[in-house]
Parts: sequence; C-alpha cells; structure tokens
Amino acid sequence: MDPSIAEDAKGPSWHRSSVSDTAHELRMQVNGVATHLHVEPWTSLLDALRENLGLTGTKRGCDHGQCGACTVLVNGRRINSCLALAALQDGASVTTIEGLAQGDQLSPMQEAFIEADAFQCGFCTPGQICSAMGLLAEGRAKTQDEIREQMSGNLCRCGAYTNILAAVEKVLHSEGKGQHS
Amino acid sequence: MNPSSLIGKEIPRVDGPLKVTGRAHYAADVAVDELLHGYVLSSGIARGWIRKIDTAIASSVQGVVQIYTHENRPDTAWFDRKYRDDDSPQGSPFRPLGSDKILYSGQPIALVVANSLNAARYAASLIEVEYGVEPHVTSLETQREKAFQPGRAKSGYEPPPKPKGNPEEAYAAAPHKIEARYSTAIQHHNPMEPHASTVIRSHDGHLTIYDKTQGVLNCQTYVCNVFNLKKDQVRILSPFVGGAFGSGLRPQYQLFLAVMASLDLQSSVRVMLSRQQMFSFGHRPRSLQKLQMAADEAGNLQAITHEAISETSHFEDYVEQIVGWSGMTYACDNIRLDHKIARLDTYTPLDMRAPGATSGVYALETAIDELAVASGIDPLAFRIKNFTTQHPLKNKPFSSKELLACYEQAAARFGWQARKKEARSMREGRKLIGWGMATGVWEAYQRPASAEAILYGDGRLVVSSATSDFGTGTYTIMTQIAAATLGLPLDAVSFKLGDSSLAEAPLSGGSFTASSVGTAVMKVCEKIRHKVFAMAKKMEGSPFAEQSYEDVEFADGFLHRKSNPAQMLSIASVLSYSGVGSLQEELKAMPDVPKQESHERATHSAFFVEVKVDEDFGTVEVSRVVSAVAAGRIINPLTARSQILGGVVWGISQALHEESYLDHKIGRFMNHDFAEYHIPVQADIKDIDVIFVEEHDEIVNPLGIKGLGEIGIVGVSAAVGNAIFHATGTRLRDLPFTLDKLISSSH
Amino acid sequence: MRPFTLERASDISSAIEAFKAHQQSQFIGGGTNLVDLMRANVVQAEHVVDIVGLPWHEISEREDGGVRIGSLVSNADVAWNPLIEARYPLLAKAILAGASPQLRNMATTGGNLLQRTRCYYFYDTATSCNKRNPGSGCAAKAGVNRIHAILGASESCIAVHPSDMCVALAALEAEVRVVSDAGERLIPFADFHRLPGDSPEIDNNLQAGELITAVELPKQGFAQHFSYIKIRDRQSYAFALVSVAVGLHIEGGVIQKARIALGGVAHKPWRRPEAEALLENRSIQSIDARAVADLILEGAQGLSFNEFKIPLARRAIGRALEEALGQEALS
Repeated sequence: MDPSIAEDAKGPSWHRSSVSDTAHELRMQVNGVATHLHVEPWTSLLDALRENLGLTGTKRGCDHGQCGACTVLVNGRRINSCLALAALQDGASVTTIEGLAQGDQLSPMQEAFIEADAFQCGFCTPGQICSAMGLLAEGRAKTQDEIREQMSGNLCRCGAYTNILAAVEKVLHSEGKGQHS
Repeated sequence: MNPSSLIGKEIPRVDGPLKVTGRAHYAADVAVDELLHGYVLSSGIARGWIRKIDTAIASSVQGVVQIYTHENRPDTAWFDRKYRDDDSPQGSPFRPLGSDKILYSGQPIALVVANSLNAARYAASLIEVEYGVEPHVTSLETQREKAFQPGRAKSGYEPPPKPKGNPEEAYAAAPHKIEARYSTAIQHHNPMEPHASTVIRSHDGHLTIYDKTQGVLNCQTYVCNVFNLKKDQVRILSPFVGGAFGSGLRPQYQLFLAVMASLDLQSSVRVMLSRQQMFSFGHRPRSLQKLQMAADEAGNLQAITHEAISETSHFEDYVEQIVGWSGMTYACDNIRLDHKIARLDTYTPLDMRAPGATSGVYALETAIDELAVASGIDPLAFRIKNFTTQHPLKNKPFSSKELLACYEQAAARFGWQARKKEARSMREGRKLIGWGMATGVWEAYQRPASAEAILYGDGRLVVSSATSDFGTGTYTIMTQIAAATLGLPLDAVSFKLGDSSLAEAPLSGGSFTASSVGTAVMKVCEKIRHKVFAMAKKMEGSPFAEQSYEDVEFADGFLHRKSNPAQMLSIASVLSYSGVGSLQEELKAMPDVPKQESHERATHSAFFVEVKVDEDFGTVEVSRVVSAVAAGRIINPLTARSQILGGVVWGISQALHEESYLDHKIGRFMNHDFAEYHIPVQADIKDIDVIFVEEHDEIVNPLGIKGLGEIGIVGVSAAVGNAIFHATGTRLRDLPFTLDKLISSSH
Repeated sequence: MRPFTLERASDISSAIEAFKAHQQSQFIGGGTNLVDLMRANVVQAEHVVDIVGLPWHEISEREDGGVRIGSLVSNADVAWNPLIEARYPLLAKAILAGASPQLRNMATTGGNLLQRTRCYYFYDTATSCNKRNPGSGCAAKAGVNRIHAILGASESCIAVHPSDMCVALAALEAEVRVVSDAGERLIPFADFHRLPGDSPEIDNNLQAGELITAVELPKQGFAQHFSYIKIRDRQSYAFALVSVAVGLHIEGGVIQKARIALGGVAHKPWRRPEAEALLENRSIQSIDARAVADLILEGAQGLSFNEFKIPLARRAIGRALEEALGQEALS
C-alpha cells in the first residue's frame, strides 16, 4: 500500500465532513508520514487509523484490550490501539502493519511469518507482527519460553502459535547475530 | 497429474504477502464512501416479550439516522422456507427483529444506524426496554427427561444406525467392563474477526456485500429469498475471512440487519458485531453422555453402548453426530447408540470445528482408556487389538485406513514404549507427569463443486470457484492443483474465491473443500489441457501430430513429448498460433457415488500427549504432543501441518480451557469476552509434532484427498485427559479440566 | 461510548480544577481500564482530564533508602527498572505476571491501583450489580461466581480486585501519595483499597478530586526472600484465581519480618498481620506454614462455584513461603 494514503486523512468523505465542535486536532507521524486529522475525544487510536486514515491493517478483534489484534507501535512501543484515545496521541509516532515493508521489500519479520506459515486466517497477524517488533525492541526475550510469555498478549484462534514462535525466534536470533558480527 | 508436480510441496501461502502487510481486506475493512454504521442492541432476558421499547432518547443522539425494532422493521419474506439456508436444521429459522418475542438472552432487539460506530453504539445504550419476563430453562441437566429423538434432521446428519448384536447381554457377561458418564461444555467459535457485513449499495440499487461467511452462495440465496431480490442484484464477497470454524456456515444476523438497513435507507451500511455478540448466535452444544463398554479377558471389545443428550433451541432441531463414531472406530459385535436432543432457551447450536466428533470421540476415547486400564492392557495395545478395517455396523470396508501406521509412527516419535503402566509413576520436581493417547476420526466427504478456468494467451491461468479460504489454505492448494495439472509455474496461476459470481461451490465446512473444489479445479484444468493438446496437434509441423494425449506431458509452461522431452511447444505459442486469445472452461465435478458408497470413507489420527500437572494447584501443562494423521494425499505439507497444529491447539483448548459459562438463573452467557472465555495463549502451547502417514486412496475422490480441517482436534482432549489420569490417578470426565476440578478430585 | 469533552491538564491545580468543574469527571492516564469501562457503558463521564502531562514519570531513590515511583510510570517501566529489579524483585515479578506486554506499556502505576473488578456482572449492563448500579442487587452471588471473593465479601458484593501489582505493593507495605487542592497526604497501602460492605461502588479511600502522585516503597524490599505465585486458568494473560506475594527478611536463620498478601480472593489485596506475626522472630526451621495459612484464611467462605479457592489459596501460601525461604530452609 502506498504510505502516502495517510497524508491528509483520506478517510471516507462522510468522516471528513463531520468534524464537530468537540473534535480535537491531532498530528501524528504515521508510518513515517506526517498526518493531520480531527478526531472526537472518544475516538480510539484504532478507529482513527481504520476509519479516518483508511489503515485497516490494524484489526478490531475485541475492542477490550483482550486479544492484541489491534497492536501497533507508538513511539516504538507496542500498545493496544483499541484502548488508546486518539486525541491523546498528539505528537506521537505510530507504526502500523502497513509501515513495516519498504515498498515491495518485506521486513524480516514479515518474511519469517510467511516462511514459517505463522498464520492461517491472517486476522491476528498484523497485531502479532507489530507485537513481535515491539518484543525485539524491548530486548527482554531470549529463550523460547520468554518469547512465548512475551507474545502472550496476542491471541490466535487458528492456533498458529508454534509457527509464530518459530518466526519470532528466527528473527530474534538473526538480529542477535547481526549485532555481534 | 504431472509427476514432477507441485503437489506435495511445501509452498508458502500465496496470500501470505497480503496478510503480513495488512492488505488482506476482511469484511469490515473495505473503504466505502458515506458508509452508515449499524450497532445491535441485544436482549437482556432469556425468554419473554418486549413490552415496550423506547427509542426516543437514542434517536436524538447526534449522527443517528434510524433505529429499527420489531415495531418498525421493514417487511421481509413471510415463509420460513425463505429463511432456510444450506446449514439449517429443521424448524423455523430465527428472524431478526421478527416479533416482540424474546427467544434467548443476547437476541438482537434493535439496530441503531448512525454515521459513526460510536454514535450508533452510544445510542443503543440509551434505548429503554421493558420486558415481559417468562420463565426460561438453560440447563441441559434439568431437561434429561424431556429429551427426544430428533425427527428429520438437517442434511449431513445420519441418525444412529440400528443396534447390532445384544450389547446388554454381552456387557453383563464380560469380565472387564466400565460404565461412566461424561460431559462436554458449551463453546463459542470466537474467530478473531467478529462477524461483519458491509453492504455497498450502488446508485442503481445493486448490493455488493462483503460478508464474513464460509459460503458466499449460501448468503446470496438467503439475502435474495428474505428480501425478495434477484441474484443479479446481490453479490456476496468474502475474499478474506478472519477465521470461522463453523460460525460462517449460516448467514448470521448481522447480514440480515445490514441488508435490511441498506435497502430501507438506500445507503451503504456496515454492521459489525461486538465480541460479546459473538456469543449470541450459535455454539457447540453441551453434551451429556454415558458409555458402557466391556472387553473379554484378552482385551477384545465385547460391547459398546453410547448414549448422548445435547441441546437445541425452541425454534430449530439442531443435532450433530456425537455417538456414531463409537459404532465405526473399533471392531465390536454388540453396539447400541442413542442420541436425543432437548430444548433450551438458547440460540440454535451451530456446527463448530469437527461438530459431534469433538464431543463424542472425547467420551469414546476416554472410555476406551478406562477399559484398557480395567483390562490391565496398555491403552495403545488395546486400541491396536481392536482395530478394524471394516465399519462394524455397516459391514463395509474402509476405502483406506492407515491408522495402525499413525499409531506406530507417533508412538515411536513420542517414545511411548518407555511408558510405565502405573498412574503417578513419573514426577519432575513438584509436577506429576503423565502420558496419554487417543484416536481421532472424521469422515472424508466429497460434494458436488464447480470451477472455471481461463487460460490466457500469455500463459497465465486464472481459476475460480465460489468457495472460501478462512485460513484453510484454499487459495494456495487450488493454485497448486491448477498449476500442476496444466504444468504451469506457480506464479502464472491465480485462484479466485469468495465471490458469489464465481462457479458454484458448496459451503466450506466438514473438511470437504479440498476434495470437492480440488477435484473440480483438477478436472477443469484437465479439460483445458485436452483443448490445448488438440490445438497443438493441429499446428503445422507439430511435434505432436502423431502423438496421443497420453504421450504428452505438460511442464514449465510447455507441452513435452514424454518419449523425447526436447520436443516441445510452449502453451502460449499454441494459443497464439491458433489465434485464440484465451481458453475458458467451466466444469462441475460430481462425486462418483456408487464407487464411494461401496466403502466407508474417513480420516484417522493418533495423538500422544505428555502433561505436567501441579497437583497442589491442579494446573495442567501440555508439554508435548505428537500427532500422526492419515488423510490421504497431502497437497501442501506446510499449510496441512498448520491445519493440524490448529486442530491440536483447539483440542488442548477443549481439554483445559474452553467453556461458555451459562448463568442458569438469568439464562445468559456470562464470560462473554476474551479475558474470561479462555482460549490458549502463546504461553500455553509448547511442542506439537505433526506426522502425515502415507495413505493412498483412489476411492474417496480422484485426487485422493481426505481433508484436514477437523481431524486435528478430534480425540485430542481425550488424550489430554488420559495423560492427566496417568499423571495423577484421577479420572476427570467433565470438560474442560480446569484446575478447580482437579483440586476437588484430589486430597 | 457517551460523548465527553477532553482536556489536557498542564499542572496539578488545573487538573483538579478541571475535574471539579464537571459533575461526572474522570482523570485519564494510561486509559487501559477507563476507556474500556466507558465504551462498555459501565462508567460514564462528561469530562475527561488527561493527566499524562503532569510530572509524575520518574522512579527515584528516597533519602530514607526507599524508592518513589511516579504515578504515571508505566507498569512495564516499573517492572524493568534496574532499581526495582534489584531491590524490589517481588514487585517486578508481580507486575510481569499481570496483563500483557501491550497493556503493561500503556497502564500507569496509579491506574493499576484504581482498576476496577473483572466480575462478569459488573461489566454486563444487562445484569444487576451493586457496584455498577448501587441498590440493583448482586447477580453474581447466585450466579457464575467461580472467580469471586472468598474473604471480606458482603451481602451486596463479592467482587475481587484484579491487580497483581497491588498484591506485591500490599506485601511491601507501600504508601500511596495523593494530592488534592487541600494538599498532600500519604495513605498506607492497607488502607488504600476497601472492602465492599454496603457501598461496593466505592473501591478505595481516594476522595473525589484527589490524584495519586506516587507510590512510595519503603527501604525493605525483601530482595533476598520473596515469592509471587499466581494461579490462573491459563499460563499467561489471565486474571489470578489466587495469587500470593510473600516477602521475608531473614537474618541468621531467623525471620525478622514477614509480609504475606493474597490476590484474587477479596475486594482488596488480603493481609492478616496476625498470621505474619506467627512467622516473625522464628527460626526458619520452626515454621508452621499450615497455621499461617489457616489464620490468613480464617473466615473464608466459598460460594457455589468458588469453594476451590480455599484449598487453592492454602496450598499457594505454603508454596510461596517455601519459595521465599528458598535454599536457606533446606540447608
């Protein structure tokens, strides 16, 4: 997807036309692109991404912070975007699943997910991958059990867990090697 | 099929790049201008009627366009048959907002349509409802006496066959016997993607509907029947489905409501259910089961009696095959099976991954374990001893049954021979370790299915069928079958699905998509192959002028002479020479019923499980699973393995976690979210090994495919329970084995 | 959720002023619980005051050797802070046993103290719940009460506090520093949360318009002898059925100080100082763990589905004490 889609809140026109008195102005870097939009105080970051910015890669699995499908990186840290109010993210840098590949060049984590068949239906996958990116950045997981525990905020109903583990582990270890060499 | 083909190769999912970049669009993802959002208000009582529903305050919320209730909902079809679908049980299908009657807790009673999801949701919370309350019943236990034999059941369900022999007498006479009651819990499908329908209305009134479904044609027919529309006015799309597991077999109420609002408001409308509402339209029914089994001194089964009761709603007679498996898995001369259903004030149950087998084989395989223990025989040896190549009730041979190979290979990989017979014989620190195993079984079906293929002049092939891929790998394996049949490179082939305008396909369920649609894809591609060959033969100076079809091989985009592969023509050049822009064929593949009916057809599996049980706390960890599956030909071992891994995770979930808690006092599911409806998380799942044993079967279908969607789950929970028994000496018989049950059974 | 206005507070007094200016106000920090509750229509607000801009983001050493955790520090930053890891590993372990990495990145220290119960009925607005809707009754008592309280419950409420972090803070005898327009005060952790009694709608003793600024940890962090055991329905990302935090200070084989707190069993982290006293000034070789567990669980009452929590808690206390004693008990 063309990242410029996020440039000026190209949501459906319905939303553009309904900026109300209560709306807050919100400026974020979304996938490296400066965005400027208006959101209601109660708009979640998830809804802002999906409805206002058309970035529907981030999924609504529960809207309660109980499944992880909406995981995105805010200022480099993984969070549940369904529980974050968009208006409070002013000035934040947000990375979604749409922002991980460079053009057609997938990121190593995306490649690893394909190679390990780390998904079936694919619905939890954007959240899994963003969560795994967060895990790498945190640098707290070394062993398989630590990866398992630290990927436990992302449910997968298809049951792809063992393959998700393999994908994350592969990237974790290849990054480790990269640092030492 | 081409010998050097793509069949049996580990091909990464062709839809993988879309799925890992967020570009796979699910039912609620499609961007639509001027889209209205519908939010459903659900009933708070289980039975009664709506005395008054006041929408005045809700209507005043900014952004609200319309609120529908039973009082103002537009008229739809009058007759029940118009609401039936391909997966309907007998009865009167539920009509959303159809009347003031409340049939179950969570029933949709209003739809708020607004220009934002938040406005609709907030307004829904402001609707004031006064109920007339009637007494309800949601406890299956209290309805044992009222249970009845289902009359005409839905298609696909066979009532238990007549008894064989005299099980009562044989039971009484046998030296080793067990009698036990088992129960399984209500579960909800809970795919990660909540059900959603996006209805896009064009200016001329045509509806393009992105729906979460396992059957686009089923939904198209339903929408046309209910709303009196013509097929060319309604197109259903579901290119990506975020899991389903049976929840998408029937058109669910969000589809009805979204279409209703779209037609009435002449606007595009999306209705997405909340996670809580995912507990409001069908579930795996609870089952109460009793098994009596007996064996002779040597461990040969003498008698099997298996009785089950499960629930249905007050408006439809849902029944699933719970006891039938006990009459087909092991050799036995005296068998009696019985299944009754009882009415509860819930929604009609709904097929959920391996419906019936998941519950019935759980009980059967636990009982077999109990009888093996009672007979003093190793549980694996006991099963091998009672192995049969014939269906014991129908006296038909299985078309193939490599179950012994499953046992052997999985046992060897697991290290079963080192198992000590005694329970409580292994320990690691504070944890008791146990090993258990079980057999799995599921039927191998084929249904009529069609496919269309278009071969373009540049050598590209587009194959399509109105089937679905909800994580099952359909996109990928159909691409493989098509590419292999026509000898094309994988990237020259694309497969389209999830579109009601495509060639007719059955509902995707029951593990029969690969066999049914796969056969159609192969055959339509064969048809194209014949045409290409005929065209090539006619070309001037054709190297195939004197050849017959059998002498030619299709590979890498070329036709080769088998006897001299250097003699070849590219497919593209054949089309270009013949002046044909493209070749197009459509074909309906029918099962060879007489051939198939001469045999019993089923997939089989064996699961070996290690558990670690903290006896103080009753917590169970499934530390190791080895599964072996005999499912005929495996098209793609990579995606096939994932199907089995998923099934095993579901089995572990059934064993340890999953249960929808009904509060019988208010008749309502209470743990209706992912924090309290527990499915395994990453930390719960350790090593799972998958073995596919070789199995050749030319009877099931021309491809020899048996299907994999269900076989991975059937029997797993029994294997876990049997391992818990081996670890602790405690036999649990009521799923799921949560820690409270282990604690109250020990000390 | 119900529409509300949102205001970003730049300093403490404007935050409190903004809060008081509206009938139904809420402060928001991480929002992980509040946003969910507002969306579920369990909590209504007309005005929400964002306090993330207030200066409570630091973890610092206190002069008396204790540590102050700013109320806006995220749960993850507390758990992975070197000072906390080294000196209060019990707290780090408890935090990491709760929620998920994503939630721990969002949730604040103050917010963790204020999170509401996970009782099914509290969340389901179609049912009666005295905590959500005072006077409406408690459907949980005769309902699905598997996850509910065995200690300190009342006729009107059987909910439990869901936090793991708070169980550790109770054992650590932290203090909660709060501010209002009347000034600052310190609330001992044991007095912060309350039992439901006849007013289960009130979770804690924070007054309207009061803000948590910090959690103060005393010097004693039990870094040598501690344990946090959490028992739940799956291995991660589930609330505790029972959890136990134990901190022991042992010198020369004698327990100088013992603190035990239970989670998942009551409306607040459960402590019984008399039981802790049974351990103090005793040689680690002469501990009667059973008597300790019995005293902590004195008066425990099971309901139709949660009776199992009583033996479970008893065994968990035993195991946690054993773990906390560690190698020294065996030597």
